[in-house]
Amino acid sequence: MDTLKHVQHAILAHTDIQYAQIEQIMNSLLSVKVDEADIYLQSSHFESWSMEGGIVKEGSHSIEQGAGVRVVSGDKTGFAYTDRIELALLLRAAENVKAIAKHGQQQQIRVQPTFGWPQYYPAVNPLKSYADQDKVALLQKIDSETRKLDHRIEDVMVSLVGAYDNVLIANQNGNLVADVRPLVRLNVTVIVVDKNGRRERGSMGGGTRDVYDYFLHGDLALSYGQEAVRQALVNLEAEAAPAGTMTVVLGPGWPGILLHEAIGHGLEGDFNRKGTSAFSGRVGERVASDLCTVVDDGTLQGRRGSLSIDDEGTPTENTVLIEKGILKGYLQDKLNARLMGVKSTGNGRRESYQHLPMPRMTNTYMLAGASDPAEIIASVKHGLYAKNFAGGQVDITSGKFVFSASEAYLIENGKITRPVKGATLVGNGPDVLTKVSMVGNDLELDSGVGTCGKDGQSVPVGVGQPTLKIDGITVGGTQV
Amino acid sequence: MLIENMSLQNLDEINELKNIVHDLLNEAKKQGATAAEAGLSVDDGLSVTARLGDVETLEYHRSQGLGVTVFIGQRKGSASSTDLSPASIRETVQAACSFARYASEDEYAGLPDKALLATAFPDLDLYHPWDLSADEAIALAVTCEQAARDFHVDITNSEGATVNTHQGIRVFGNTLDFVQGYRSSRHSLSCAVLGQRGDSMQRDYWYSVARDPGQLEAAAAIGQKAAERTLRRLNGRQLTTRQCPVLYQAEVASGLLNAFISAISGGNLYRKSSFLLNSIGQTVFPEFVRIHEQPLLTGALGSAAYDAEGVVTQTRDLVQGGVVQGYVLSSYSARKLGMQTTGNAGGVHNLFIDTGPDDFKGMLQRMGTGLLVTELMGQGINNVTGDYSRGAAGFWVENGEIQYPVEEITIAGNLKDMFKNMVAVGNDVDKRGNVRTGSILLESMSIAGE
Repeated sequence: MDTLKHVQHAILAHTDIQYAQIEQIMNSLLSVKVDEADIYLQSSHFESWSMEGGIVKEGSHSIEQGAGVRVVSGDKTGFAYTDRIELALLLRAAENVKAIAKHGQQQQIRVQPTFGWPQYYPAVNPLKSYADQDKVALLQKIDSETRKLDHRIEDVMVSLVGAYDNVLIANQNGNLVADVRPLVRLNVTVIVVDKNGRRERGSMGGGTRDVYDYFLHGDLALSYGQEAVRQALVNLEAEAAPAGTMTVVLGPGWPGILLHEAIGHGLEGDFNRKGTSAFSGRVGERVASDLCTVVDDGTLQGRRGSLSIDDEGTPTENTVLIEKGILKGYLQDKLNARLMGVKSTGNGRRESYQHLPMPRMTNTYMLAGASDPAEIIASVKHGLYAKNFAGGQVDITSGKFVFSASEAYLIENGKITRPVKGATLVGNGPDVLTKVSMVGNDLELDSGVGTCGKDGQSVPVGVGQPTLKIDGITVGGTQV
Repeated sequence: MLIENMSLQNLDEINELKNIVHDLLNEAKKQGATAAEAGLSVDDGLSVTARLGDVETLEYHRSQGLGVTVFIGQRKGSASSTDLSPASIRETVQAACSFARYASEDEYAGLPDKALLATAFPDLDLYHPWDLSADEAIALAVTCEQAARDFHVDITNSEGATVNTHQGIRVFGNTLDFVQGYRSSRHSLSCAVLGQRGDSMQRDYWYSVARDPGQLEAAAAIGQKAAERTLRRLNGRQLTTRQCPVLYQAEVASGLLNAFISAISGGNLYRKSSFLLNSIGQTVFPEFVRIHEQPLLTGALGSAAYDAEGVVTQTRDLVQGGVVQGYVLSSYSARKLGMQTTGNAGGVHNLFIDTGPDDFKGMLQRMGTGLLVTELMGQGINNVTGDYSRGAAGFWVENGEIQYPVEEITIAGNLKDMFKNMVAVGNDVDKRGNVRTGSILLESMSIAGE
């Protein structure tokens, strides 16, 4: 109840829109035959602070607010948005988008506030939670402490960003739901140079759906600087990566980006409803070794990818995608779920009111297995240990994916030996998990830095996994 | 149904928006800024996708935004908003000033030198609104997709064809008495289809983009090209790990030039995040390479008389005889490097590389035996070191003839070596983007596969 009042105030306070006007717009949409219709009202405040060259370089602040109006009829969607939350503009948007659907019986609904799902983050405004001078002081402290760590550090860049997002969603049943979504992120990047003039970079960051205080617990903020320096110094010693197919051990946590790229996107409902994914029509089939259970879980407390409700107002879930190697189901929004005869899994997400919702991941990870990570490394005679990754990409249709290691080592005779640089891994999504031969007992989720892009829309996500051994994946280094 | 008669058609609108920019700048001075710059944009658009012969989505876009950067002495702050109201102008300026007060003194911060601001504003022919109804847009998308689906029996599915039409106004000003604005338009038509043969399923696409809708490729031709590109990828295989020559087809060759531009961009240079530090006067490419910027081309996607700071853009060579002639700088990065801005705040404006005598076929023959790359995946470029390793797909070529499609491989090298080992640039230029090149042949790269 409080959340709704809070959101109503944040979005509607200076507009001519109240419940009656939302009803009026929705009833206009309902003069045609619709399967889904919604009005998505949003007000987002962002800030960013950055330091480089030892000075607080600049801060910026932005406000985005507006409303999107959507009508779905069968598999057809009409959509319009406006940056001005004004009744006349929204009624005109409604008139435009209705053209997508056939005329039907006029329905009338009453807007009914709806509550009662669990909240996975507090309804707080990170931007106001911490005085501006304290944000600046935090940046300065990270900068100066990080610079002390090694004489080879040439520059330190620190950025702190926060978002305070309020959404209010009305749908064709008259349900009105609200969510307050805080999001903060802190990143440290260092450049190091050795006596021969060789330069490398290291980077570490983290974040959560909460206020900036998160970074002060146990000196988390300073630990990002330490980790960035450690990675950069490892890379100063790194040799060219090998090229060819070999056994690869992926470290826990962020390397879960493998699951996101190789598996997750291919299991999004839109691709599977249209039959364009390499995983289309494969529910019930084996797509991974029986050591693998993979879930998408929007319900984790405070995680970057978590949502209490998705952008269609559906409460999020812990959705099992692969259970002991068998494909169990897809990630769904309302449209694709309806057309596939299943229920939405609460994965209908959109970047903002300016974009249409579609099935997207939240926090995607593999459950822990039984192996001791040390035992996994010891089992490899010759291979690659990939500890950190820069990013990845997938071709949904062919299933081919790539992701780039930012920290990797050779494994020789069961031991991690020399660091290597420039290793890109390339593989086939539907095969790669069938080659998983050991799963560690050390499940970790990433530190809260992931952003996923699809069709030009970016949304925050999380990934995670235990240490994994994959028998045979192509490593793209330069040492042939 | 017609697109709403947009207020952009109103001739006075640029002047109205200029007045808002004046208001923003005046408000900034009133609130204590010693200097400021402000920008404003309004965009209108329609986007239609047809799939399997019928409309799938119909989207209307109308967005607006303002942004202001203030300087209080040498301290800088910025703020932006989607709300153009007078109250929002006050609040946005206030937010920017408040951020500036927390920023450190930065001796390099500030507006550009007044003498460098643009003073001539030629008509670059960037505005060609498309009077296209939603029904017409749907019909065009259907035609495009149908041509792809009818192309071959192995085209089995589709992601649809999309028509996009956008037009807008951008106004920019600063407290050095510079306030300018222009209208522009951008239209595109794209198509993506799937093919299947045996167990192999592939998707590919083609698109056309232009300021003037009359310059878009024909809808059916775009569909056919998408289908052709999809079919040729079917039944691809891995290569074994090897070293061999690599030909980047024109559509992906622009990525090599973008990597070069990124390495000579001021931000990366002053942060020492580039493998081309101190490269002016250095030989980075073979002697035949000339790379140049043409900001004043009429009707081109990257054309601009002034950059994101109001500084006049330059027609210039970035590389001549293989030697770097200049960097890509804004006022700030230039001052950090002790240089003068090159009018590239916001990026380059229409970048070209001189082409050789060979067309695509000639380039294949010149390579003889090697890898033709038609798609690249993943980030895989380290700007600090030049290390390069990306996922790739394409074709194995022998004696100048395409043999079979390849996929699930990586190509790797170091950009410094790759630039030096450039053998030739084809005249098969992809004219769609801001960076235009033909296919580029590299002497040798590492291929990782089975």
